Amino acid sequence: MSAVEFLLAGTLAAALPLLLAALGEMVVEKTGLLNLGLEGMMAVGAAIAFICVYHTGAHVLGFMAAAIVSAILAMVFAFLVILVKANQVAAGLAIGVLGLGLSALFGKTYESLTISGLPEYGLPLLSHIPLIGPTLLTQDIVVWLAVIGTIALWYVLNKTKLGLIITAVGENAEAARAIGYPVAVIRCAAVAFGGTMCGLAGAYASTVYTPLWADGMIAGRGWIALALVVFGTWQTGRVAFGALLFGILSLGELTAQAIGVAIPSQVLSSLPYLVTILMLVVISRHQFRASKRL
Amino acid sequence: MKLRLVRRDAASRLAMFGAPVLALILTCLTSLILFALLGIPAGKALHALLLKPFLSWYSFSEVLLKMAPLLLIAQGLAIGFRANVFNIGAEGQFIIGAICASAFPVFYPDGNLPFMLPAMIVAGGLGGMAYAGIAAGLRTRYGASEILVTLMLSLIAVQILNYLLLGPWKDPRGFNFPQTVMFPGNALLPLLFENVRPNISLIFALLASLFAYLMMERHFRGYQLRTAGLAPKAALYAGFSAPRMIWLSLALSGLAAGIAGASEVAGPLGQLQRSVATGYGYAAIIVAYVGGLRPFGIVASSFLISVLYIGGDSATVSAGLPVAAVEVFQGMLLSFYLLTFTLIRFRVHLDREATA
Amino acid sequence: MRKQALLTLSGVSKRYGTVQANQAIDLEVKSGSIHAILGENGAGKSTLMKLIYGVEHPDDGSIAWNGAPVQLSRPSDAQALGIGMVFQHFSLFETLSVVQNVSLMVPGRPAEIATKIGDLGRKFGLVVDPDAMVHTLSVGERQRVEIIRCLLLNPKLLILDEPTSVLPPQSVKLLFETLRKLQAEGTAILFISHKLEEIRALCDEATVLRDGKVTGRVDPRAHSARDLAQMMIGRDMPHLAVSNSAQPGEVRLRLHNLSHPRATQFGTTLTDVNLDLRAGQVIGIAGISGNGQQELAALISGELRARKPEMVQIMGQAVGRRGPMHRRALGFTFVPEERLGRGAVPEMSLADNSLLTAHGQGMLRGGFIKRRVEQSFTRRCMEDFDVRTSGPDAEAGALSGGNLQKFILGREIMLAPDVMLVSQPTWGVDIGAATAIRRRLIEMRDNGAAILVISEELEELFEICDILHVLHEGRLSTGLPAADTTAEEVGAYMIGARL
Repeated sequence: MSAVEFLLAGTLAAALPLLLAALGEMVVEKTGLLNLGLEGMMAVGAAIAFICVYHTGAHVLGFMAAAIVSAILAMVFAFLVILVKANQVAAGLAIGVLGLGLSALFGKTYESLTISGLPEYGLPLLSHIPLIGPTLLTQDIVVWLAVIGTIALWYVLNKTKLGLIITAVGENAEAARAIGYPVAVIRCAAVAFGGTMCGLAGAYASTVYTPLWADGMIAGRGWIALALVVFGTWQTGRVAFGALLFGILSLGELTAQAIGVAIPSQVLSSLPYLVTILMLVVISRHQFRASKRL
Repeated sequence: MKLRLVRRDAASRLAMFGAPVLALILTCLTSLILFALLGIPAGKALHALLLKPFLSWYSFSEVLLKMAPLLLIAQGLAIGFRANVFNIGAEGQFIIGAICASAFPVFYPDGNLPFMLPAMIVAGGLGGMAYAGIAAGLRTRYGASEILVTLMLSLIAVQILNYLLLGPWKDPRGFNFPQTVMFPGNALLPLLFENVRPNISLIFALLASLFAYLMMERHFRGYQLRTAGLAPKAALYAGFSAPRMIWLSLALSGLAAGIAGASEVAGPLGQLQRSVATGYGYAAIIVAYVGGLRPFGIVASSFLISVLYIGGDSATVSAGLPVAAVEVFQGMLLSFYLLTFTLIRFRVHLDREATA
Repeated sequence: MRKQALLTLSGVSKRYGTVQANQAIDLEVKSGSIHAILGENGAGKSTLMKLIYGVEHPDDGSIAWNGAPVQLSRPSDAQALGIGMVFQHFSLFETLSVVQNVSLMVPGRPAEIATKIGDLGRKFGLVVDPDAMVHTLSVGERQRVEIIRCLLLNPKLLILDEPTSVLPPQSVKLLFETLRKLQAEGTAILFISHKLEEIRALCDEATVLRDGKVTGRVDPRAHSARDLAQMMIGRDMPHLAVSNSAQPGEVRLRLHNLSHPRATQFGTTLTDVNLDLRAGQVIGIAGISGNGQQELAALISGELRARKPEMVQIMGQAVGRRGPMHRRALGFTFVPEERLGRGAVPEMSLADNSLLTAHGQGMLRGGFIKRRVEQSFTRRCMEDFDVRTSGPDAEAGALSGGNLQKFILGREIMLAPDVMLVSQPTWGVDIGAATAIRRRLIEMRDNGAAILVISEELEELFEICDILHVLHEGRLSTGLPAADTTAEEVGAYMIGARL
């Protein structure tokens, strides 16, 4: 398999954990909160999903269990920030550390065990296209579901009243409360959604992408997902595009081979973070200039 | 029914002392349950976690060794947190500090350099400060959130460390391990006691605590920082320059983290290696919060967290506790602290439904 | 014949901490009537409305709708009954369009809603472009959006909280026409205001509140403004004798062709503002908020830098590009309209709040804080300005609005300023304290200080100012000697009818 084929085949799968976690966090941030605990929520999801699949062999159960457990962890954040009014940076880091610790604790006896992944399906007809057919267009079921899910999320956020409500709560919580929306409930739901998505992302990483458990296997994907939300300027399409881009970058040296240049892999690994800082500067600059004048 | 938080009039003192203690108790109880559920002998684990570190001079000295970087970094961070400047990338500044300090022994492995150690400490501090300064510059010039920038920068710092250790700085006679040469004797910090590892960086950290106390609680500069944190508009109204507060917060926290990083390579490690990035920068955030962001509180909390680290090590042996339990403990401690702080600071008011 | 009672409150009470916001309120609103709730700032009007709209819950008493007792746990309960509310500070979302804003409350497809907005607009004279983004709308248009949003839910009772405080006089006229049409359709209206003439012109019933209690139930048309005022404040309207015989001295504050572009879509651009404030003079700046008052105050205080140094001159120095500390060092002090969070730090003690601007009064030695000086300064301020609280260690956030205002004003006056800027000096302050504050300002003027007052309250400005300017859409009128002008003339400037 050539490097290009490898990239075409692998990018979507590499991007998937990033995409799921980032979309979840995007909804959280759209309601006006910031949850820094992605890494921990993903890790705990990954551990739980692996344990579940290891014992039952059913990926569906693994994904469900991961979603539930990560959502519970997210609710700890919601409880601290929304009800107890704690600082959200501290609360996010707290559940992040907690999640990482719990994942290692739960997964301790499963260290380095493996399970089987998921079969890949080609799209009917399209999978016969040369080059991209057997690579890009042949993926496991979760990838296809995620593609549908991303489109669905875009639809909900941009075309439905629910999307409008989420935007409204994020823009002016006081006003949303005044016209009768339960802001705290909406935010709790968003945080729970963010947790669920992180759980699914972790589950995919540990049971499909690399079907084995190792402590620390999330390896910074949570932080990249956090960066992605900024990179995608809180828009579903751009976040999805960014996930693909960061997914390619995460394939690091393989990518370098494919391009045919010798770049230290560390440079490639740093790129998502550098690009995010750059994006942050670009999007902040305009608002900031304006606000400085007042 | 509706919950509302009503501020107690004068409970800040109580919250300062009561919240961490209550949080510790709750954390212990919860871990007992958790450990029991996981089939770990819970009593034994807690004993190892909280008492063992005090039972021998060696393990107590290890507590002091851990405490130095945690205390130093946390003091710097707390200054910023009180000014609403959230440097959560101390890990990166710590790594850059370690790298900058390591440059001297890497280039002068024979120790042929006068003032080797002071140069390392200064370079480490300035390196950490400059690295944090990037975030300050982007925040004051463009309004880019320092939370995300410092975080991204610390992830980049890890890559810089990897690059150096796998490439140009790799010890040529080091069997291809990703680490530099062992530092010469004049690049190592003097030890405080014989035969155990704590070094004078603990003195740096205690001096930093005193400095932090004088500045934050007694000096007008600290007052300005606190005002900027509590009420940014009031700071603007009084004419305290916001960019200066941001620069000061990030510079001081970067400086502290950088010195801590330099002390780590010039102290227990004695070389630059990957394990320098063990998460002190993140743990220090927990230390800062559990210490109530107050200089003296942080001295206590850094001690507590260090005890947990050393206790965790011994618990892995004696009680079969996984290393990760320490993280679980830390995470719970911070969560419970955030909860108890609010509960003590505020009264929970239950709004009764109108009885029609 | 008696109209049916739509909403009945019996013995409703609400307490926040130590403040009894509402005490045993009885209120009856009949279908098809325009019922006024009249009271000063802080009399408990807003709290009462929140109780009726389900935002807050009464500690005691009951609420009945069409004679049947109801429980209003949240705003949606009130909406379901047919209660609509137009908020004083609008609850609109700036980044959304009019249709989107409306559809957040009104069910239906966007296209249908747009049509309904058009229909309703024609019927009640509430014209607004459904596709416009809210941040592009004027204040008056925004209020129309709020009202339309309520009307589309077919309310039986419409509550308007101080609807005219943000409107220029012409728009007030339009609003009243709309409200009368609604009344004719059978909608009951609860109209909250402290403006007596408006209530006499519009309402057929009035309930007067004072200190959280009902002090009168009258037909406002049958009483003079003076009678109503007496019920509202408990005694006659206070009048300060203003006689400024002294000749004003040298110029202490000069604004010279001060122009400043608006910071955001929501701000106001200032254009060629010119003003001379002299020693021994009080100058007032009238105008409806949102016409550039905030920007002007921030430019004078230094919180906002002007584009050129000479645009702002204090004590003869061009300080347009200098910060607040520099300006304060020249003898300038400033009392902002926001007390909590700007004029004072809520979480800090009063003593520490003294330090905020009075640190130059010997409170520092080598940068270290001298607590004793801080304490004695604060204690003196509390005594001289009648700040009622436990002591210098009380947190600023625990003080009532009036007490905090007295503290901040006292702190700034104790700095013995040569030039002082006071923004909305008596917002939310009880009448006694307001009179005391105004007296203080006059006293300072008589001692030779130069004072600039920015206020929405015309009566207040007429009481204390020697010269009035009007700020309208970022432009400042020429100075009108207070003795020679009338409220009507100032009003004409306020709506831009004269320049």
